[in-house]
Amino acid sequence: MTKPIISMKNIVKKFGDQTVLNHVDFDIAQGKIIGLIGPSGAGKSTIIKIILGMEKTQEGTATVFGQVMPNRKLLNRIGYMAQTDALYDALSARENLMFYADMKGVDPKDAKEQIEHITKVVDLVDDLDKRVSGYSGGMKRRLSLAIALLGDGEVLILDEPTVGIDPALRRKIWDELHSLRDDGKTILVTTHVMEEAELVDDVALILGGKLIAYDTPANLKAKYNEDTVENVFLKAEDQNEKNMGNR
Amino acid sequence: MRRTWAIAKRVLKELFRDKRTLALMFLAPILVLTLMKVVFTTNSTTDVNIATVNVQSSLVKQMDKMKNIKVTKYSTEQKANKALKDQKADGIVHRKNGNYYVKNANTDASKTAATKVALQSSMVATNIKNLKAQLTKMAAANPQAAASMQSNSQKAPKIHNSYVYGNKDTSFFDKILPILMGFFVFFFVFLISGMALLKERTTGTLDRLLATPVRRSEIVFGYMISYGLLAIVQTLIIVLYTVYVLKVEVLGSMWNMVLVNVVLAIVALAFGILMSTFAKSEFQMMQFIPIIVIPQVFFSGIIPLDQMAHWVQDLAYILPLKYSGEATSAIVLNGEGLGQILAPIGALLIFLVILTMLNVYGLRRYRKV
Repeated sequence: MTKPIISMKNIVKKFGDQTVLNHVDFDIAQGKIIGLIGPSGAGKSTIIKIILGMEKTQEGTATVFGQVMPNRKLLNRIGYMAQTDALYDALSARENLMFYADMKGVDPKDAKEQIEHITKVVDLVDDLDKRVSGYSGGMKRRLSLAIALLGDGEVLILDEPTVGIDPALRRKIWDELHSLRDDGKTILVTTHVMEEAELVDDVALILGGKLIAYDTPANLKAKYNEDTVENVFLKAEDQNEKNMGNR
Repeated sequence: MRRTWAIAKRVLKELFRDKRTLALMFLAPILVLTLMKVVFTTNSTTDVNIATVNVQSSLVKQMDKMKNIKVTKYSTEQKANKALKDQKADGIVHRKNGNYYVKNANTDASKTAATKVALQSSMVATNIKNLKAQLTKMAAANPQAAASMQSNSQKAPKIHNSYVYGNKDTSFFDKILPILMGFFVFFFVFLISGMALLKERTTGTLDRLLATPVRRSEIVFGYMISYGLLAIVQTLIIVLYTVYVLKVEVLGSMWNMVLVNVVLAIVALAFGILMSTFAKSEFQMMQFIPIIVIPQVFFSGIIPLDQMAHWVQDLAYILPLKYSGEATSAIVLNGEGLGQILAPIGALLIFLVILTMLNVYGLRRYRKV
């Protein structure tokens, strides 16, 4: 097997007394889309923050490209889209994109071309010079995704990328994610939408700070004897609760 | 460096599109300074009404002659008391058995003081007048003495005033103005920069920013450059307005004043950013105003520090506004040059270095490298 791009080794993360991640352990291979699914508060965002080096772990290490995080310079090669839109409202979409291109150190000559391409993907070409304060929720989400795609990062980390985006565009975005994957990019996506979990290569199921399962959607369905990932999710949650009760 | 500039440019762009905040930074200080000028120059004298009971008319006349004093005679104490109660009089002078009893309303300390002074100096004046009258009487009996007295009393000495700073109309306003300028710069930059970084945190843009390879110091310096530029403009407006419109005399160099205030503004910015990390919302940021900003006014030199208790004086050393007040007062009132204000500027720079390091370190909370 090739070297994993992202590797979580036995991660324990506590905020005060509360254990948020309890010995989470997985490797992500290059060129895959991984869906991180789990209920709110399961620790999905914490995993992302650890991979990005925003949080330190109490135990275990997270490595990206074979190097231990936190590591500021590696952030160059990672595209990140946060759960909140996190945009500068007073600026236009183009100005937002230019700003983040500067932050990521994208060559100013390439920046224009990249912005042109990316805005086509997220369908914002006509609204590029409008202020973000006048954007609808869906438009903001798309711009936020566009920022993550800037800099042509080898790894994309997308926290709930398709919330508030209409079905047609959602499909378009997933098509783009698939083609990015085919170009060799590694994509980590968190989602609440279980239909989307069918579209990923591997599902990482997180419950109560633990990694319950890490497999392809097809294998998971077979293992739990269910026909959709949604049902797998519900069943796993149910079993987990029973285990907690037995203890 | 490219990132620092990009951040500075972005912050400025956001600021210039926020017209209300801009107006607040540039127009509010001008409005308040104008109001203060009007208030302090018109209200420097108070009219005092004194009621008298059973006071000889020579003394009453003498008191009535004094500036801003009006004396009304009352036939009985009851009537005078009623006048005092109805706020027609500010004090009652009552003569009983050869002594004077003064009853003060004391609702305004300056009026009470004026009443006391009026009575005392009038008594002295009437005494002198009586003495003079007696002397003349005695002199009439002794022509030799009368001749020498007359030659002596011809020349009363005249007093000529000249002013190192300002003129005879210089008021309290002129003394506190240099300090107030610093206060405005500090207050607005503190508040607006603190809010700006708080907004970056609450909207999530700070997280997103920190998910790029930007250095923490680049963020802090980017903010410093943008707010530094803004502070230069703000200070220029305030200085030009006070010098050319409010006609306040500045003995030293105007540009030194700008320098001091820009350094102060960057300290305020660093302070604002630091405090914003302790606030969860804009409202909590506002709560720092009575704790951080207002107390500085008292120690900034508006009230002379050397009259305070020692421990209070020591407290002033940890407040940046003290140093800027010291420096600008020296420039405006004493015409000191750059050499004389290096010490307070140095103190401000020490604040700046410490606060900046704290800020760069403080951002570790949001990203561990």
